[in-house]
This record gives sequence, C-alpha cells and structure tokens, in this order.
Amino acid sequence: MTTAQIIFLVVAAVTLVSAFMVVTTRNLIHAALWLVATLFGVAVTYALLNANFLAVVQVVVYIGAIAILFIFAVMLTRKEMRDQGPQLNSAWWISALLAVLTFGGLVGMLWGWKGMDTLASEMPVGFDSVSALGDALISPNAFVLPFEVASVLLLAALVGAVYVAFNPRSGDSRK
Amino acid sequence: MDWTIWVEWLIKSLFVVFALLTGFAYLTLYERRALAKIQVRIGPNRAGWQGLLQPVADAVKLIFKEELTPAKADKLVFFWAPIITMVPSIVIAAVIPFGPTTTLFGRTIVFSVANINVGVLFLMAVASIAVYGIVLAGWSSNNKYAMLGGLRSSAQMISYELSLGLGFVTAILLGNSMNLHDIVDAQRNVWFAVVQPVGALIFMIVTLAEVNRAPFDMPEAEQELTAGYHSEYSGMKFALFFMAEYQKMIAISMIAATLFFGGYREFWFLKDTFLSVDAIWNIGPWQFQAWFLGPIYMLLKVVVLLFFMIWIRATWPRIRYDRLMSFGWKVLLPLSLAVVFISAVGVLVAQQFDNNWYLAIIPIFSSVAGLVAVGFVDQALRRKSYASH
Repeated sequence: MTTAQIIFLVVAAVTLVSAFMVVTTRNLIHAALWLVATLFGVAVTYALLNANFLAVVQVVVYIGAIAILFIFAVMLTRKEMRDQGPQLNSAWWISALLAVLTFGGLVGMLWGWKGMDTLASEMPVGFDSVSALGDALISPNAFVLPFEVASVLLLAALVGAVYVAFNPRSGDSRK
Repeated sequence: MDWTIWVEWLIKSLFVVFALLTGFAYLTLYERRALAKIQVRIGPNRAGWQGLLQPVADAVKLIFKEELTPAKADKLVFFWAPIITMVPSIVIAAVIPFGPTTTLFGRTIVFSVANINVGVLFLMAVASIAVYGIVLAGWSSNNKYAMLGGLRSSAQMISYELSLGLGFVTAILLGNSMNLHDIVDAQRNVWFAVVQPVGALIFMIVTLAEVNRAPFDMPEAEQELTAGYHSEYSGMKFALFFMAEYQKMIAISMIAATLFFGGYREFWFLKDTFLSVDAIWNIGPWQFQAWFLGPIYMLLKVVVLLFFMIWIRATWPRIRYDRLMSFGWKVLLPLSLAVVFISAVGVLVAQQFDNNWYLAIIPIFSSVAGLVAVGFVDQALRRKSYASH
C-alpha cells in the first residue's frame, strides 16, 4: 500500500464515522459539529485528488457559510438542544433499502471501469488548474450555459427569500 | 524528496510561529503603551526597561490563575473552543510571503511556508473557520451573556466576510493571480492601495470587524454583555482567546500589507536602489541578493498598520449593533461590489489599449463611488436625527 492509499483510507473512515454520528447523536449542536467534520473529510479527499481549488471552496462554502448558518439557526430557535423524540420513523427500512441499492449500483458500475485500479497521473509542472476551470466556466464550447442557468436559479432564490422575509403590513423593512 | 526540504519547511514554520507568538506578546505591550500615550497616561513601564518584561509577567500571572468550568457547561466543546479559535489564527499566516524567491546554499528558497496557487482562497477559508471558536465558546458556556456574544459575533463575521471576500477579489483582479507571491510581484511599480484606494480602505474597515476590534467589538461589549463569549473562561483558556485575538490582528495586518501595500517589497522611493529587495550586494568576496530586507519591510508595514488599529480603538466609540449590521449590508457590500466592477473594467480597458495609464480610471471612479456612499450615510444619519426631535 502506498502512503496516498493509507491517507485516503484514514480520511474516508473518519468521514464515514462522522457522517454516521451526524444522524445518530441526539444533541443538535454536536450533530452540526459532526457535519463539519464530514465536510472537512470531503475537502481532504478533494485535496488528495489534486483538486486544490475545489478543496478550498468546499471549506469556504460548506464549512464557513452553510454549517455555521445551521449552528446559528439552532442556537436562535432551540432552547433545549437535546432531541427527545424517536430517531426512526416507520419508513426507515425503505430508506435503508434505497441507500443499499444506490451503493450497490455505484459499486456495480465502477467495478468494470478500468480507472478503478490505476493510479492518478501526476499533474504536469506549471499546469494552472484554476485558470483552466475559469476558462471552462465561461467558454461557449464548455459550461457557459449551465453556469449561467445556475446563476439565474440562485438569483431567483435570492429574490424569493427577500419576498418571504418582507413584511407587507409594515410596508417597509426599516423600523 | 530529500531530507533538506523537511529542514527548510521546519525552519520556515518555526519562524512564522515564533514571529506570531512573540509578536502577540509585544503587541499587548505596544497597544497598552500607545493607548496610554494617546490618553495622556504613562502605561506599564515598571517590569524591566520601559516595561519590556511586562508580557512575561502577564503570562506567569495567567498560568497560575485558577481555571473554572461551569457545572452545566458542555465540557468537551468548552475545552475545544479556545483551541479552535487559536489554531486558525496561526495557520492563516502559512501562505503569506515574507521575502523574494532567492537562491541560498545552492537551492531555490521560497519565503512562505506554503506557496500554493489558491493562496487568497486559503486565507478566505481559514478566516471563515475562525468564527467557530467564538460561537462554540459562547454556546458551551451555558451563560446567556456568553451566548448572546457568540450569536452577535457569528452574525457580524458572516456579514462582513462578504465584503472581505470582495476585497480579496479586487486584489486578485489587479494582480491577475490567486498566488500571493504573484500579487506582491505585481506591486513592484505601484501599490494596489494607490490603484484602488477605496478597495484598500474597505478592506481595512472590514478586517477591523473580522477580528472584533473597536469600534466593531460587539461580541465583547462589556457594558452590555460583561465580557461576551469568553465570560466564563479563566486562566490559560482565557489567555488562548486573548492570544488568538492579537495574533489575528497581526495576521490580518500582514494580509493587508501583502494585498494592498506591496508586501515584502521596498517602499516606492527605494526602488532600484541598493535597499531594494532585488538588489545584489557585493561585500568583499561575497555576492548575494538582499532578500533579508523583505522581512524587515514587512515588519515595518505591519507595525504601522497595527498602530492604526490601536489609534482607532483609542479614539472611536463603539458603533451601535443595528447600525453595524446596516453599515455592513447596505453600505459596504454595495460599495465593494461597485469597487470590484470598476477594477475589472479598468483592468480590461488597460489590457485593450495596452497602456497601463488607463488604470488611472480605477482610482477616479472608485473615489466617486466612495464619495456617493459617504453621502448616502450622511443623509441617512441626518434623517434619523431629525426624526428623533
């Protein structure tokens, strides 16, 4: 086994254990912290795949913004941080079945792929993956259309959030 | 990979860590003496010559203080929160260059712990992790004041992070790279603070909010929240929060110096003289590049920027919380968006006509945008003062 493989196995184990803890722990803040650990594991996996930009963006967006908003919302709304209700509902076996089937399908698909047991090739020296990604996102031959569609979707979500938060009775958001 | 690269990394990491730790110790003394001068006091001058041993005395006092953990605190999170606050404040300095690339002992040496292509984004990522320590400290203390301090800080830091990110974007646009070494090299002829004065000013204001310094020190407003998020902390755990705050001040001054004030490069009037970091010195039989001037220039710039932070703390009252939020969202964010847009247009025009003098439209238009923003703030404040009468 190479060093990269050992590191990957450790990171994957930590990520999976944290993901399991997210759904089993009863304390909501602890669940949010385990989620942060999971997302961090994913970021390390990106870094192992030579995707530096994605790894850092994962930390900025998911850990720095989304998970902190979770914690913020939990702290603002819940007095008691412990969840006392049952942790499973009656449809738990359907979800478990779906999860197992999805995992089985992924394994079955990847089994025949020859990339499974070859090592990733080294990046050429001086290759700038960030500008390659930037070019791909705005090039008409690559991903400009999905990129712009996603931007419009985000803008719509932004307008929707303002509409939901706006109180028409006061007529003005200023107090 | 030979063993010398490990030695090189070890030396560079130790240098950065020791610079930040001793910097923290003497920054407290610097701040107390400077504040005292501004407030016509003397300040600590008893321990050692001019109080130089005062940080040592403070450290010994804090180590021997009793440590309390509240009975109903979340013990694990309470223990980890100071550590989570402390680590990012040191890690953030890893990508900051403190000297030009040079050849020493037959090897090429890059003067930063990690020279990565996405350096600016790395700064952003670490800055966004720093919120966690404060929020978790506030929550785990099981104290309403601490909790409110934590909530305030998370809201404030998330809001101001947007303008901070746009400040980074401005520097990336002007430097045409995300690598901090390239950004510093791009300021060889003129500092980005000259090309984009409004962007630099916004960046300095936002960094004050990011490190919770006056006038944005809401999370620990003592009149309202006793001590805010660290009310329940004592002894060394409190000292860790204290260290983290001052190390963040140093780190953020280093970042501001790197992005807008030429980083380790010499001052503009020393360009092409023997005091430039590119100059080759001939002393006797030896011939070498003056790379060691880089850390010295960096230190000078950091000390000046830190003085501005202390000066602001001494002279400005704390801004009210709702005004802090509306200032961040309604003034700084639109203004920094405008600044990014103007910078992008200026860079494109200069590229199009292949003449760097066209970059002059950036300071002109962004100053106009800045004045418009100041006008709006003035108008809003006038309306409020009329409404109250």
